Amino acid sequence: MIFNIPYIAVVALILIGLYAIIFKRNLIKIVIGVTLIESGVNLFLITLGYRTGSVAPIYTSKPQGANIMALPVPQALTLTSIVIGVAVLALMLSLVIFIYRHYGTLDVKKVRRLKE
Amino acid sequence: MTEMSKIVKTITAITFPFVTIYGLYIIMHGHLTPGGGFQGGAVVASACAMILVAYGSKWVLDRVKEKNLSVFESLGAIGFIGIAFFGLIFGAVFFKNFLVGSNFLFGIIPASGSGLADINTGGVLPLMNLAVGLKVIAGLFAIVLVMAYATTSYKEGKK
Amino acid sequence: MSKRNIVAVLFFCLVAVFFIFAALLMHPFGEIEESSMDDYIINNAQQDTGANNGVTSVVFDYRGFDTLGEATILFTAVASVIMIFRRLKND
Repeated sequence: MIFNIPYIAVVALILIGLYAIIFKRNLIKIVIGVTLIESGVNLFLITLGYRTGSVAPIYTSKPQGANIMALPVPQALTLTSIVIGVAVLALMLSLVIFIYRHYGTLDVKKVRRLKE
Repeated sequence: MTEMSKIVKTITAITFPFVTIYGLYIIMHGHLTPGGGFQGGAVVASACAMILVAYGSKWVLDRVKEKNLSVFESLGAIGFIGIAFFGLIFGAVFFKNFLVGSNFLFGIIPASGSGLADINTGGVLPLMNLAVGLKVIAGLFAIVLVMAYATTSYKEGKK
Repeated sequence: MSKRNIVAVLFFCLVAVFFIFAALLMHPFGEIEESSMDDYIINNAQQDTGANNGVTSVVFDYRGFDTLGEATILFTAVASVIMIFRRLKND
């Protein structure tokens, strides 16, 4: 049971983010929930590429005896995922500013009218 | 947003060059140590955001127009795709690394096994790192600047 | 306790049970089943690209198309944010 702790951390992050999206009423808290889910998915991508007793895939610090390095491809795909998360967060926050200027409130239950 | 006190402005002016040089070091040594274009670009963009918070948006918007920032971002994107097209011209494959092994700019291949290598290795990779770093710096700074401008003019218009 | 609240709680419990069950059935942390592509990349990256960094050579040389798509996403996001706020400035 001890050896699956990174996967349990991923599940905890995703569940906390899902709780914030479903049960909270402030728009900023919903945006924070989306960011938490994205962080959990990035952690899952990195966890898939680890070998027991390996070092980082940089050739300057390769140990002399064994030839064990971590896999470099999941780390490269996680970089792309982080940049996509930043782009989505920027667009969500600019839409929240737009909604606040139009309605005057940030409560989700009050921004229900489709056309003013 | 309004400006902060005199102590904050002085300390920000002292630490801004150090953070910028650290970010440029991460961009430039992307093929030797962990890092690269995206990571170094994020560090320099957070230094620019620190200037925006400390000096107030009115002072920064008098000196930086957002049209100039879009020129920098387009330069970064054109540089990235231009280097890929040069691979098509010189090597018959899109994205080919045409500077490895040649003695033009960045062509030395490091010795196999563990050992330090100097900056003169890497082929096309340092040029691509510079292009992507410029794009990320200009893009993130433009987002923060436009958001600050929108909230400032709203307050001044309503009062 | 309206009906919407009960449905939301039931859905959340269902998703939580599903995720915890899946996390306990994963393969143990640290053992990799199939790694032939990454072994080739680790053994040949210094000769092919000439860089000392494995991750940078994968991002810019072996998988350059993904970086091209990511640069396009960054450019589209910045253009959309500026376009949203331009309409507010001209009010």
